[in-house]
Amino acid sequence: MDITVLVKQVPNTAEIRIDPVKNTLIRDGVPSIINPDDKAGLEEALKLKDQFGATITVVSMGPPQAQLALREALAMGADRAILVSDRKFGGADTLATSTTLVAALKQLKSDLIIAGRQAIDGDTAQVGPQVAEMLDIPQVSYVQKLHYDGKQTLQIQRLVEDGYYELEVDFPCLITVLAEANKPRYMHIHNLVDVFSREIEIWDFERIKPDVNQIGLTGSPTKVKKSYTKGVKQSGKIVEAANAEEAAEAIVTKLQELFMI
Amino acid sequence: MDFNLSETHLLFQQMVRDFAENEVKPIAHEIDEEERFPIETVEKMRKCGFFGINVPKQYGGAGGDQLLYTIAVEELAKVCGTTSIMLSAHTSLGMAPILEFGTEEQKMRYLPRMTTGEWLGGFGLTEAAAGTDAAGQQTVAIFDETTNEWIINGSKLFITNAGQAHIYIIFAMTDKSKGTKGITAFIIEADRKGFSVGPKEKKMGIRGSATAELIMQNVRIPAENLLGKEGMGFKVAMMTLDGGRIGVAAQALGLASGALESTIDYVKGRKQFGRSIAQFQNTQFQLADMHTKVEAARLLLYRASMRKQAKLPYSTDAAMAKLFASEISMEVTTKAVQLYGGYGYSREYPVERMMRDAKITEIYEGTSEVQRMVISGAILR
Amino acid sequence: MNIDEYKGIMVFAEQRDGVLQSVGLELIGEAHRLAKNLNEKVTAILIGANVSHLVKEITLYGADRVIVVNDEILKHYDTEAYTQAVTTIVNKYKPEIFLIGATTLGRDLAPRLSGRLRTGLTADCTELSIDEESRELWSTRPTFGGNLLATIVCPEHRPQMSSVRPGVMAKLAKNEAHQSEIIEELITFDRTKMKVRFIKKVVDTTKKIDITDARVLVAGGRGVGKDGIEMLQNLANVLHGEVAGTRALVEEGLIDGTRQVGQTGKTVRPDLYIATGISGAIQHVIGMENAQLKIAINTDKSAPIFQVSDLGVVANFHEVAPILLKKIQEIQS
Repeated sequence: MDITVLVKQVPNTAEIRIDPVKNTLIRDGVPSIINPDDKAGLEEALKLKDQFGATITVVSMGPPQAQLALREALAMGADRAILVSDRKFGGADTLATSTTLVAALKQLKSDLIIAGRQAIDGDTAQVGPQVAEMLDIPQVSYVQKLHYDGKQTLQIQRLVEDGYYELEVDFPCLITVLAEANKPRYMHIHNLVDVFSREIEIWDFERIKPDVNQIGLTGSPTKVKKSYTKGVKQSGKIVEAANAEEAAEAIVTKLQELFMI
Repeated sequence: MDFNLSETHLLFQQMVRDFAENEVKPIAHEIDEEERFPIETVEKMRKCGFFGINVPKQYGGAGGDQLLYTIAVEELAKVCGTTSIMLSAHTSLGMAPILEFGTEEQKMRYLPRMTTGEWLGGFGLTEAAAGTDAAGQQTVAIFDETTNEWIINGSKLFITNAGQAHIYIIFAMTDKSKGTKGITAFIIEADRKGFSVGPKEKKMGIRGSATAELIMQNVRIPAENLLGKEGMGFKVAMMTLDGGRIGVAAQALGLASGALESTIDYVKGRKQFGRSIAQFQNTQFQLADMHTKVEAARLLLYRASMRKQAKLPYSTDAAMAKLFASEISMEVTTKAVQLYGGYGYSREYPVERMMRDAKITEIYEGTSEVQRMVISGAILR
Repeated sequence: MNIDEYKGIMVFAEQRDGVLQSVGLELIGEAHRLAKNLNEKVTAILIGANVSHLVKEITLYGADRVIVVNDEILKHYDTEAYTQAVTTIVNKYKPEIFLIGATTLGRDLAPRLSGRLRTGLTADCTELSIDEESRELWSTRPTFGGNLLATIVCPEHRPQMSSVRPGVMAKLAKNEAHQSEIIEELITFDRTKMKVRFIKKVVDTTKKIDITDARVLVAGGRGVGKDGIEMLQNLANVLHGEVAGTRALVEEGLIDGTRQVGQTGKTVRPDLYIATGISGAIQHVIGMENAQLKIAINTDKSAPIFQVSDLGVVANFHEVAPILLKKIQEIQS
């Protein structure tokens, strides 16, 4: 079984702060991590490999620094790592990103493609379904549980607002996995020790030859018009109560004023 | 000269830190309170390959260097002294002598199952009457030529991983007339007849650690369990302890560093007289001293680790690292408790545990006094 | 692509198991606001199996035109079947803007549509507007864990697609007299491409409560802890509301993940939101800032939650809550 896992290196958004003076994002010193949903996707692939045997290829699109995320994936147990990277790919929106990834994926044999549901920096949840569409294969997103029959079919629980769907899909297909689906394993020390001597294949424009009109900044249908941090709103009244009684009274008064009680 | 960690060491440090934070720290308080050996952590560590970090690949290890192992012990000790010494005793005291002095056959017999963590290792040198003075060994081994076996009698005190380990390196007198030259090292499996483990010691610190007496009553082991050569045991012990001191120094450093980190967080949040206690100069200066000492200990320790890796003489370096790291560990953890104030003395907070855990690092695998003997011996030679 | 051929706003009116989802009606409301600036009409599309009985509701909430597709194959959500149906409608009616709720369905369907239509899609928007000069849709969405807002445009492709978080936009008032044009469309499906087999749907009863529907939410954070949960519930009960919370409470297993408010949880706009023991990290605030009345209780005077609250009380929740509960009960009786 050949499994391809799409991973993205993202800044750990939980550690991003706003510069209170300049009102901009402070990105210095924010550690880069494998996107949590993607890591859960890799774990699903590794579980399939443990149980049935599989060759796992991790593919990432990004700048050269993203190699570190791929090395982490190799240390967790992936077999092969490809970084799709070229200046021409820069500035891409999700559609152009998907187009670029698809050009790379078409050169790989994949029974199953696994992506994370969404990345914590962009939160769009678009690349997985768009890739599936462009490869003309079925997709199941929001996967919280996966069972493989050992042959050709996946039984899947797809999370929805009020429960889940039980679905079946045959290879080849693409699934997007939720971080809640599992607890990803740690890197294995035996892999980690020489992971920096492993090869990370760099696939550039010449290697994958995507349609130049549909990639990068110019090939992106959407453009960022502006971006800004949120200004602090005018705050309401703050009561420093002498005791709990007074505190409760302040709340009750407010609720009564507005006919909440 | 390069004082920076390589990208491999940095990635490894991050991995161990994640592991320690998520798997070890959450139960550190509980195993201390309950004086319980964290067997579940051993299982988790096995899955990540912790038990053969610096053992060559042909014996099932990761083939990593000494510094990686040092970092592992340090990072674990930042959150739990018990867990760090379990790994250190297994690696530095249980496996290292086999790797260093064992025959190829012995290495193949023991190491593949030790590096996976299926068999933990332990080390028995100390006796009731033979602590710092190892020559006072009462345990004896007699060779039975009819069966080609050694018969061992005696007992060993304060043994780390006792009852949890399967493989013990045990020292016994094979010729009392020769003093230290009459000591021989043996490999004893825990399931040998006549081998038993005493009750768990009640200790001040590292309370989850399995520390107990090993008792050998007519334990028969085959001749091939002799490690090194007859009469070479003292050398095996001393060389093993040189390596062990790196492990204990890493534990001491980790405890100091962990206590410092948690104190820094604490003083930023704790308010007295209307401002955070981090804003008081006393706090600032104390922290500056603590940090400086931690960094100095780290430099000594990493240098000793790298000299060992490079197969340079490192005995004095290891002694200095252990002496300094353990003494600043005691100092830093004590100051951490002081800065925490009343909460520092409470068992709800981690620093008092770290202070109790730090004390043993000045004692085991050679007391501070022994380290001073080693160091002064080297410079007065 | 001649983008001038594309006119009007189309809204995907999601139904799940025959129940119309609120987000579709919210989007009709928002579409009306946008359509005024464009001087265009709002079309809702409703697809499913035997769903014509839902058309009335959509009409009363202000759609100018409703396109209905009924087919057995659309009974349970299937990515490919829905993609084929919507693509056919979009290609026929050519809307300049297409809006869809960012539900698990919408977030599965929308990117697949954008791939097939090869147009731009902006996900999880919290604000929409029309640029008067260019007539472009400006879609604003939070990124980087809610720390940054980005305004996205799609100048050269149509339709301009945006998915919108449920609970963010406001419905129009229900107008019993409102009429709309109703069109039934018949779609010819290519069934060979539908490869995902539906086995069954399992409704998880513990997930049934939807905090986005609650008018009152009593939310807790790390400062509430294990012993505070019961008190939260008691307060929620007397105020006829629901318990909600931050990611910290979910991670500690104290509340269900479906009750999480914030960037990785839900966006809520209840009439009353009481935040207890919540420091007010941006990741949380983004999910509750649109509440009508926000009251915060926190021991830390400098907690950022106070900056977004209408009333902030510096106090310990554990001490205040029992007294507050008693006082409310007294008033109610």
